[in-house]
Amino acid sequence: MSAPKFTTLTARCVVLSNTDVDTDQIIPARFLKVTDKLGLGEKLFCDWRYLDDGSPNPKFILNQPEAKDTKILVAGNNFGCGSSREHAPWALVGWGFQAVISTMFADIFKGNSLKNGLIPVVIEPAAHAALLAARSKDQNLPVTIDLQAQSVSWPGQTPLKFPIDPFSRTCLLEGVDELGYLQKFAKQAEAYEASHA
Amino acid sequence: MSQNPKTLFQKIWDSHVVAEEPGAPAVLYIDLHLVHEVTSPQAFSVLKERGLKVRRPDRTVATMDHSIPTKGGYEAADELGRIQLRLLESNAQTNGVRIYGLDSVQRGIVHVIGPEQGFTQPGMTIVCGDSHTSTHGAFGSLGFGIGTSEVGHVLATQCLLQRKARTCEVRVDGMLRPGVTAKDIILAVLAKIGVGGGTGHVFEYTGSAIRALDMEGRMTVCNMSIEGGARAGMVAPDDKTFNFVSGREFAPKGTAWDKAVARWRTLPTDAGAAYDQTVTLDASSLEPMVTFGTNPGQGVAITQPLPMPSSLSDAAARAGLEKSLAYMKFEAGKPILGQPVDVVFLGSCTNSRLVDLRAAANLLRGRKVAKTVRMMVVPGSQSVKQAAEAEGLDKVFKDAGADWREAGCSMCIAMNGDQLSPGQLAVSTSNRNFEGRQGKGGRTVLASPLTAVATAVAGRIADPRVLLNGGQS
Repeated sequence: MSAPKFTTLTARCVVLSNTDVDTDQIIPARFLKVTDKLGLGEKLFCDWRYLDDGSPNPKFILNQPEAKDTKILVAGNNFGCGSSREHAPWALVGWGFQAVISTMFADIFKGNSLKNGLIPVVIEPAAHAALLAARSKDQNLPVTIDLQAQSVSWPGQTPLKFPIDPFSRTCLLEGVDELGYLQKFAKQAEAYEASHA
Repeated sequence: MSQNPKTLFQKIWDSHVVAEEPGAPAVLYIDLHLVHEVTSPQAFSVLKERGLKVRRPDRTVATMDHSIPTKGGYEAADELGRIQLRLLESNAQTNGVRIYGLDSVQRGIVHVIGPEQGFTQPGMTIVCGDSHTSTHGAFGSLGFGIGTSEVGHVLATQCLLQRKARTCEVRVDGMLRPGVTAKDIILAVLAKIGVGGGTGHVFEYTGSAIRALDMEGRMTVCNMSIEGGARAGMVAPDDKTFNFVSGREFAPKGTAWDKAVARWRTLPTDAGAAYDQTVTLDASSLEPMVTFGTNPGQGVAITQPLPMPSSLSDAAARAGLEKSLAYMKFEAGKPILGQPVDVVFLGSCTNSRLVDLRAAANLLRGRKVAKTVRMMVVPGSQSVKQAAEAEGLDKVFKDAGADWREAGCSMCIAMNGDQLSPGQLAVSTSNRNFEGRQGKGGRTVLASPLTAVATAVAGRIADPRVLLNGGQS
């Protein structure tokens, strides 16, 4: 399995502005019995996305025409709080998202996303509000995420720098396999074990 | 004062860094890796694809808890659940990993059996593909949840790439009043800081109220650190910690024990060590707490009216509160006391240990669960179940009309068939009240075991202090 890669992305976005969206909403626990990563995109936001009879909920944003072919989710504050399930980024990636923009992400979700090529882009509340305003005027607003420059921009907005762990950034730009990187420290780990036996 | 005062977190961190390259996260050594059926299959697959084996099976412990039925064994699991359980068994067997399977008399929730069997010890780094791994911090260890990719990293290398978190002291002073418990402390902390308040931080709980808690109470508090966004929560070890660990199956013995205790005594935060942040709480003014919304930070004292969205100035927060109240079918400004409930769940890695069951049974003894309520009691482990039965606690629950089950996560995460029906309202001693957490469309109010019992008896949300004072709720 190859490591995920990401350089730049220009895509339309879709807005889910609820704050504190937890991983149980992103992918409900009853779908965690899978032993692979397949099919989770279909269950993304399942209980908001589908009605009780299983048909798509026309009110939910991902079921609206504007959500088609978007690759960027603009989310409310503290996205991905709750459980450590990596099924959450698997489901988002499975749906087709490559980045989520918010003012804050929960720590475990952020780490899990980076390991799956899903970029958690953190911007200031004022910039987030500006993005929502620009998006409300133009459903096709193209948003550009440039990982090399660590910047996000849209028409009318000069590129905004966003914070990202420099190691994760390098891994994504160069397709570095993190497990492979860790394995290189086998000797140091052995030495550590010997000195702590 | 020492020359270079350090926090408990800093000490454990420093003693576990294997290597650190410029610009890269630290390579952190992991002393104990706990594994369960839900977050490990894809990690074992990665090992298989790469021809790797578990590097330190002796530091890896597997248990089944999330998908297991609490009645009826394997046959009661659905097909996917059975496949997942069997896969954990074969993965453990292939790699020589100790597993507490369905037939084990010691199996149970991973965060209950870790301490119970003596795997969890002060000063350790402990991880699991489970966010409630923060529980183990009650022993003065650094325990935190990881994703499945990281489970694979630890299985293969016993190491993890980590950036050092900031520290936040959560200082709780004062004496708890009767009827107010560790669960109420942590629900009050969460109500104060919100579900994102601890993001980027590790909590260290300090103060006289934390010192006064027994180990089970400290586990309850640390367990819900993640609900405040903190990956880990810790309590400095003391004699209570050592007494709890002493004599357990996997605890050090003989001279190794003496050496370990001497080392553990150096772990507490040094005088003068600085935290990045401090939050304080007065335990003596606390009342029993309940949540009213759809995240664990939305809590109030049980006697208080529910908050008004109009009192919030931030538009997003106001919208969030309105959405939560609408989902819960609760009215702003009205009391939560007296709301009729359908289900009471006593269990989960937060509140399913023997002392939790004992406290609940003591309040329930001689009383009945209201006819309109289904009460389910799920011990945290089979050992807890046996100990509870030896004390006759099962009889108290059964005589009252409650359902007494086998150990597991059960209705906390509703993966095993134990779940709410759409619209049902539950008072639950678990840790998450997210929409649909206990079953699609279900509504959850988080509370202590005492509040859960008072509610079960009354058939509606009730203040346990009324029963404790001998009154009718």
